[in-house]
Amino acid sequence: MALPILLTKGLIILVIFGISLLIATYSTYAERKVAAFLQDRIGPNRAGPWGLLQPIADAGKLFFKEDFIPSQASKWLFILGPSLAMFTALMSSAVIPFGDSIRFAWDNVNYDVNVQGIEINIGVLYIFGVVSLGVYGVMVGGWASNNKFSLLGAIRAASQNISYEIALGLSMIAILMMTGSLSVRQIVNEQATFFEWNVFTQPLGFIIFLTCSFAECNRTPFDLPECETELVGGYHTEYSSMKLGLYLFSEYINMFVSSAFISALYFGGFHYPFMNEVNGALEKSMGAVTGHNLATAIGFLVFFGKILFFIFFFMWVRWTLPRFRYDQLMNLGWKIFIPLSILNVVVTGAGLLYDFKYSSWLIVVVMTVLAVMSQAKAPKQQVVPQRTV
Amino acid sequence: MNTTYVPADYLPILIQMGLALGFIVTTMLVTHAIGPKRHSVKKDDPFECGIPVQGDARTPISIKYFLIAILFVLFDVEVIFLYPWAVNFKGLGMTGFIEMVLFMGLLLAGFFYIIRKGVLKWE
Amino acid sequence: MTEFLAFFKTLTPTGYLFLLLTALTVISAMGVVTARNPIYSVLALIATFFCLSGHYILLNAQFLAAVNIIVYAGAIMVLFLFTIMFLNLRREDEEAKTNLTKIASVIVGGTLMVMLIMIFRAKSSQLPVGSTVGFEPNTGMVENLGHLLYGSYILPFELASVLFLIAMVGAVMLGKREAGDRHF
Repeated sequence: MALPILLTKGLIILVIFGISLLIATYSTYAERKVAAFLQDRIGPNRAGPWGLLQPIADAGKLFFKEDFIPSQASKWLFILGPSLAMFTALMSSAVIPFGDSIRFAWDNVNYDVNVQGIEINIGVLYIFGVVSLGVYGVMVGGWASNNKFSLLGAIRAASQNISYEIALGLSMIAILMMTGSLSVRQIVNEQATFFEWNVFTQPLGFIIFLTCSFAECNRTPFDLPECETELVGGYHTEYSSMKLGLYLFSEYINMFVSSAFISALYFGGFHYPFMNEVNGALEKSMGAVTGHNLATAIGFLVFFGKILFFIFFFMWVRWTLPRFRYDQLMNLGWKIFIPLSILNVVVTGAGLLYDFKYSSWLIVVVMTVLAVMSQAKAPKQQVVPQRTV
Repeated sequence: MNTTYVPADYLPILIQMGLALGFIVTTMLVTHAIGPKRHSVKKDDPFECGIPVQGDARTPISIKYFLIAILFVLFDVEVIFLYPWAVNFKGLGMTGFIEMVLFMGLLLAGFFYIIRKGVLKWE
Repeated sequence: MTEFLAFFKTLTPTGYLFLLLTALTVISAMGVVTARNPIYSVLALIATFFCLSGHYILLNAQFLAAVNIIVYAGAIMVLFLFTIMFLNLRREDEEAKTNLTKIASVIVGGTLMVMLIMIFRAKSSQLPVGSTVGFEPNTGMVENLGHLLYGSYILPFELASVLFLIAMVGAVMLGKREAGDRHF
């Protein structure tokens, strides 16, 4: 790899790293604002205009808190737990194609550098690998605390994560069958036209992937590892100061990264309708270098628009759905999602053999019909007459 | 489109790894350095909702979780087997499809057995 | 000493990377054996798997590298961690190792090492010498692996599913508790 390309790559990674930290920081603010909006409150509005400095105040507060280590805890593992959680979260964004490519001239040669950490043959497996490593941060931290609540939270978290990981892996298979490549960039490029976005060809896979990413991020309604009504704080009961901060922060980074994956795998990534026309016009009017870079920038912004929508969706769901019970959670993961995603793979495969891409809709239609029928068959609930006062 | 993949593609990940490690280490050191430190016997105990600590948390856990972990390993390997198949799906055609249906059928038989045995039943 | 330095000068950047990775692999593998706390052993083993994946990537076997991380570091090590959490890791249990077990383990381990060294010494001359000429660098890519696995090696693949089935049944037989039994 030539030096200018490597330098540009380094710059791109630095920018993406900074943006993901920034978005994670401001997600805490956005979460409180969204919560306030949904509950008809105002939300943070004291620090800075509209409370915009609130996340910085929160981070500062966490830094100045006591760095507490319980006497019975295993000290180094206690420190390692949040570090691992944060490390896996920060490494996961490497294979996401955030934009097309940056073009620059060097020694009269035009170089195209992808706006992506690494463009590799096994991008999707990289996602899968990082997800499977996410368990360790929680598990090591919870065990090292030597606290019963932490241990229970850690075990719950680990079981939940590994259960939903299988369905997550299976739901991506159907996309790979259509694309024939494990490279995330190639998957994104296959969705160049609007009606080829995978969400239209793979509605069921999308729903399973979305739900599993909720579970992998330990977000409501799957936040059993840290539910305060049962487990005090779950795996981070004993944590304080920036160690707690890293746990919370890694959750928001995971949210950002899973939003990015959802947009890349199912919503066309940096593609938007009429992109080719816009790119052509830009390159014609501004030259091959500037026009191309401008087109990339537009794609980059579109991609972040999609990501921000999904982050909002995560928050919306948090304040809409109640928490699952543990047996419901495990049943959903094992008895519903795994058979359903295997069925999805088989049906998609059968359709693809006859060059029919939309066979996954068949399952959705059948399921809807079955649901409606079971609703109709169920005995009508007796309407209790309203007592007039 | 990049069609030749070489090990050098992975070099930028070292940059990201360095950034991530740097961020984590700095955060840990700074928060350790600037926070106050006050120790007392009661305070350093693990939190147990206010009652005196009973034993510690190095106790055995329910075997259910262990079974889940074993089943996870099996299904994980199965999912991994699906990846090279899915990538080559168009090339393998009908033969590949039938092969995989056979493979999945046997696995689903095992899955059915697990469900019937009530391993995945939580009280 | 000068030969040693000369050897270092002939290395390519890949060669340095290989040496670094090898050193890391050996150090973390030693950590697995020497750590007193089993949790540290597991973590060191995970580090070893990562170093091995690094080697696979240097060999351009990208799919194998990913599978190594997902299956070994991501799944089997989680199972190990669960198992260790099952054990009582209190101090007093460490005294349970008698001198007899220690001597027995030294004998078993030593015999295994001697056998391995003998095999390596006997067979090292028969190893085929690899040549980079005519080597297809994309052999380790997932597309080529898939063609091979679902073409020439279809029977072992289908037999693997039988193995999974047996493993599932075995796990259930060993781990299943009837209602009312102790769960740990």
